[in-house]
Amino acid sequence: MTKLIAARDLDWHPPPLAPDYRSSRTRSPIHQRLHYEPTLTEMTGPTFGHNMLGELDGDLILNYARPGEAAIGPRIIVHGKLLDEDGRPVPGKLIEVWQANAGGRYRHKKDGYTAPLDPNFGGCGRCISGEDGSYSFRTIQPGPYPWPNGGNDWRPAHIHFSVFGDGFAQRLITQMYFEGDPHIALCPIVQSIPSDKAIDTLVARLDMEKTIPMDIRAYRFDIVLRGRSQTLFENKMEGL
Amino acid sequence: MADLKESPSQTAGPYVHIGCVPTFAGLEGMYGGKDLGDTMITGNPAGERITLTLKVIDSAGDPMTDAMIEAWQPGPDGGFGTTEGFSNWGRQPTHADTGEAVFETLMPGASAGQAPHIFLWIVARGINVGLQTRVYFPGNDNSADPVFTLAGDRAGTLVAEKTDGGYSHTIYLQGDKETVFFDV
Repeated sequence: MTKLIAARDLDWHPPPLAPDYRSSRTRSPIHQRLHYEPTLTEMTGPTFGHNMLGELDGDLILNYARPGEAAIGPRIIVHGKLLDEDGRPVPGKLIEVWQANAGGRYRHKKDGYTAPLDPNFGGCGRCISGEDGSYSFRTIQPGPYPWPNGGNDWRPAHIHFSVFGDGFAQRLITQMYFEGDPHIALCPIVQSIPSDKAIDTLVARLDMEKTIPMDIRAYRFDIVLRGRSQTLFENKMEGL
Repeated sequence: MADLKESPSQTAGPYVHIGCVPTFAGLEGMYGGKDLGDTMITGNPAGERITLTLKVIDSAGDPMTDAMIEAWQPGPDGGFGTTEGFSNWGRQPTHADTGEAVFETLMPGASAGQAPHIFLWIVARGINVGLQTRVYFPGNDNSADPVFTLAGDRAGTLVAEKTDGGYSHTIYLQGDKETVFFDV
């Protein structure tokens, strides 16, 4: 379906250069981004079907574990809705996540942090949003970890999210944080976002409604993509 | 209508490959052992097959070896989703040794008043909002393309170079040759 896409509010997002986040100094373009309205190219985007998913793709507790074993760490469900800025659900879209293990270590050859790898934890998962925009993963709560940024820097516990929309202009990568984590206020990457109000939208809340007694806690995290409006290309009714 | 704001972007970080190209990242067997988007030519489509080799260079002049690049492009007929055996979307990591991301794809056709182009989205550690840019091709008349002309006297930074093996294109984040990036 071809839809117009609302302009991105660049002031809501981190600027390319956030000097306290050292890596952005060498990786931020100097010139302003040139604005244009999305063309057919950016209003369209790839589509992915539920049939591409494996049974355990959305279960990070089990999808890298040996048979009969499981990843170590606090068991959590991460769930929410994929919405657009008009509050409409965005169904059928691929959501990919990746994260460190419960000790704060990534399964990556460049991660040399002291915390050990968990042989049963890979650290990635994916799912596709449902008809009402809902999505859900099972995972373990990742740990905070130190990172090289010139000082005594520790990332708050976080999960990376990669999200597709209807149009490629909506493509987004962000990170989810956990309610109550004192590192959120200290982290140069989080604080590259200009306002506390915007940061707060990336903080997942403990959700006792979805928490399963004696089994697994739940965190709620909604993801919002740029708004859309119908175009003349295709006049489908909402929801069809 | 709810009045929501887009979720603020955050860097993909140094380990984006774990999440998006896990097999490349060494997570053997994940998702059936095949990375999504690694193959754009999935059948035997009509059209000119090309190899597009991309590099991303930081302000120190070093190739970035931890980036991920996604491509979204029209097919040879200028359309999206209209070429059998071809995915208009692909993604590749930049490799640790060469810094190159290699796309085996089809030469795009002209679409809806635009010159043939490939839209690119680049994420990595140090990039706070995914970079949007386009690649155009040498030998075409790009002068009527509204996005190409928007780039003005910097439009040359959007044009790939013809090589023996196909096309190569270097994306510079800073410096005299800084590539044009868009807000679209």
